[in-house]
Amino acid sequence: MTTAESTATKSGVKAAGGSKFTSAAASYLDERTAISGITKELGRKIFPDHWTFMLGEVAIYSLIAILLSGTFLTLFFDPTMTEVHYDGSYVPFKGVEMSAAYSSTLNISFDIRGGLLMRQVHHWAALLFVAAIGLHMLRVFFNGAFRKPRELNWVIGFVLFILAMGEGFTGYSLPDDLLSGNGLRIIDGMVKGIPLVGTWVSYLLFGGEFPGGVIVPRLYSLHILLLPAILVAALGLHLLLMVINKHTQYGGPGRTNDNVVGVPVMPNFAAKAGGFFFVVFGVIVLISTFFTINPIWNYGPYDPAPISAGTQPDWYIGFLDGALRLVPPGWEVVLWNHTYSFNILAPMIIIGIFILLVLLYPFIEIWVTGDKREHHIADRPRNAPVRTAIGAAGVSFYAVLWAAGGSDVIATHFHLTIEAVTHTLQALLILAPIIAFWITKRVCISLQKKDREVALHGYESGRMVRLPGGQYHEVHQPLDDYERWRLVDYHDYKPLMIRPGADGKIKFSQRLRAVVSRWFFEDRISPATPKELEQGGHH
Amino acid sequence: MQNRNSTAARRASGRRHPLASVALILIGLLTTGGAYALLSTTASAESSSDSSAAITEGQKLFAANCATCHGVNAAGTAEGPSLYGVGSASVDFQMGTGRMPLAFQGPQGAQKPPQFTQTQIDAVAAYIASLAPGPAVPDEKWLDGSGDAAAGLELFRINCAMCHNIAGAGGALTEGKYAPALQGVEAKYIYEAMVTGPQNMPVFSDLNLTPQDKANIISYLKFQQENASGVGGVDLGGLGPVAEGLFIWIFGLGAIVGVTIWITARPN
Ligand code: HEC
Ligand code: HEC
Ligand code: HEM
Repeated sequence: MTTAESTATKSGVKAAGGSKFTSAAASYLDERTAISGITKELGRKIFPDHWTFMLGEVAIYSLIAILLSGTFLTLFFDPTMTEVHYDGSYVPFKGVEMSAAYSSTLNISFDIRGGLLMRQVHHWAALLFVAAIGLHMLRVFFNGAFRKPRELNWVIGFVLFILAMGEGFTGYSLPDDLLSGNGLRIIDGMVKGIPLVGTWVSYLLFGGEFPGGVIVPRLYSLHILLLPAILVAALGLHLLLMVINKHTQYGGPGRTNDNVVGVPVMPNFAAKAGGFFFVVFGVIVLISTFFTINPIWNYGPYDPAPISAGTQPDWYIGFLDGALRLVPPGWEVVLWNHTYSFNILAPMIIIGIFILLVLLYPFIEIWVTGDKREHHIADRPRNAPVRTAIGAAGVSFYAVLWAAGGSDVIATHFHLTIEAVTHTLQALLILAPIIAFWITKRVCISLQKKDREVALHGYESGRMVRLPGGQYHEVHQPLDDYERWRLVDYHDYKPLMIRPGADGKIKFSQRLRAVVSRWFFEDRISPATPKELEQGGHH
Repeated sequence: MQNRNSTAARRASGRRHPLASVALILIGLLTTGGAYALLSTTASAESSSDSSAAITEGQKLFAANCATCHGVNAAGTAEGPSLYGVGSASVDFQMGTGRMPLAFQGPQGAQKPPQFTQTQIDAVAAYIASLAPGPAVPDEKWLDGSGDAAAGLELFRINCAMCHNIAGAGGALTEGKYAPALQGVEAKYIYEAMVTGPQNMPVFSDLNLTPQDKANIISYLKFQQENASGVGGVDLGGLGPVAEGLFIWIFGLGAIVGVTIWITARPN
């Protein structure tokens, strides 16, 4: 396989002479839509060849699987809560009273050819979709690929992540089985926990007292109409911005801030990507064929009375459930005859702040570094130790909440007491991010030191030479230019200096900024300079 | 019924040996293998429980294996509750599932491979039943799984799912206690568990759930295990979203990331 290296310039490409018909059709289309300009631009788009750049694609391809299977489901799903008596082929439910939504989902599972497979494709693809977005987001974060000019695209991408969670939750609630009803009940409780308006909002949402008879049709409009429309529009914008901004790339000789090295989309990459689409699709269908997901027939129709042990939401909602589970007892306060449920408000506020911090991180970093330049070269995570450490802290915070969402399963499967698991996770929620931050930062800095060593003195070859004077000396093998470039090509930030404003005063925000900036960059390791490199070679 | 003074004993034994969890895991592993082999040969309850020979035999077995904790006359000691009035159902359940004789003091006596043959168990059961009346080993007619599974599901959801999980996958209780998974439990033991309420499980007397209700629950559990799990493929332990989430991250995304690495790999 050769890597056709070409730079993204705007040279025209002559249309290949096809058969008479296709060229006639093409020019017919082009004269009316000017589409050739777009295909040319897209076809010449350069795609970097590193696997981490394909995670976003995984998300898109699972979205396509979701859209296709979801469309199939709409043909047979009845989104109403009318009471019916089940009359399908699943014996234990014969004659049982249930909502039309649940009954039709059972029919999709047992009485419609391919229905169960489609349900499982839809659900497994949904899990994969959100997981791929999550991993993709981590890639972008740790590479610093959210820096100017891509801040807006980070925001759009994160909004997509939230929308996907919303899609997942609304979809999960549609079949109206016991698990999904339990999930809605928790949402109902959270809404009711909001002071003043909570109860009224809950009544509005459920059309009266929970569970009411309107929530499924309402969620249905959200799930198949409103949210997908916004999601697809946002995705379009996301991709458009990506084409406009081009990809970031890893540093290397010939790779600068002004070009993108990789394969052009047409024809090689398109062929690979096309194949990759089928791989992703194939993995989803294989998993859906062999592994059950959400066996709603085990759960039974929703009824507010029974509750099941081990009720959890899908994984991407798990961290929210975990946050609720970690609240210590007794956080309800009664003031002037009103109960304030801080057991619900505190997690909502903390998660809200967390989400806001992630959403706005690019702007926070710009503020701290004062860096207004454009960046097209992906940072190696070690070269931005504090950012990488912040990321690690964020990931561990999320991971602890996520684990808490399955605390009961952890307790039974590792034969621990549920109290021990909960208390450990409560402590970890605070400690893990701190420890992760510290360790990650140290590791990054040592890696940088080692890079600097290697760049200056080459690799240790393990070959000992005895010099004429009798001394021993290990021969260091010098790096080739490619390797060295990778090791020294990064920007050396310095903490911001405080400068008095026009009126000769230093504002508080200035001071704060300087403090954060110092914290960001105080332990930095500068890359080896060309001068040092020159001297380093011989000594 | 069954006002057990065992709570006191349990509380007194609240300490847990540090190796308890290791032992629990080991026992769990051993049980799965052993229990099936032994339990599948259930003798019919035809060895009449009234026969005084059996009672004498049972008394001997009891004195040798159980009296240290339950007292020579089964009247209870600090180590174990009195067995007056627990009935043959309780003995059959406790010994048949290997819970008794208790191996060690822990938050909850665990299952292990039964140490006695069904004939020996019947003998001890006959002895205990002869001391005071209590729930008897259930009649076969409740156990054949021919009840109303739909009614059984409803009863199971209302009475059992909060501890045993809606799919019978088991669940955590407080302080290290747990409701075990119900997959593969014999019909007889399901019935006996309901009438005797072992350890932290409540008693479901016949006033609470009639024998027909119990038969319905058993029918549902049997139907569910034989027909419903595996409809959509491997059911990942019936654990629901936690297992599904781990699966998609490790195997789904794992496989796909593997492919991306392969696609973008350059030959060296
Ligand atoms: C190491 C001590 C120990 C030994 C040995 C022991 N038991 Fe037990 N047994 C207990 C304890 C403790 C309990 C109470 C468990 C609980 O409810 O938490 C118990 C409970 C029981 C029960 C349930 C009582 C009820 O309320 O339903 C039965 C039946 C029983 N044991 C029978 C036996 C038999 C039969 C043997 C001999 C084969 C035996 N046990 C051996 C400690 C022991
Ligand atoms: C309060 C929680 C709770 C409820 C409700 C409950 N159980 Fe249990 N169940 C337990 C516990 C705890 C055990 C384990 C007892 C032991 O190990 O001695 C258990 C044990 C069992 C066993 C024995 C399992 C085995 O592996 O041998 C069966 C069968 C069972 N329960 C069935 C039921 C049924 C059927 C219902 C509903 C009618 C029910 N349980 C309701 C807590 C509960
Ligand atoms: C990112 C987008 C989407 C996600 C994450 C998502 C997720 C889900 C989930 C988790 C379920 C529950 C499935 C189950 O029963 O196990 C569901 C149900 C459903 N979805 Fe979606 N979905 C998405 C988009 C769509 C779209 C675009 C449509 C319609 C074209 C659709 C139609 C349906 C229908 C009809 C159901 C109910 C049927 C059933 O539960 O089996 N979904 N969705």
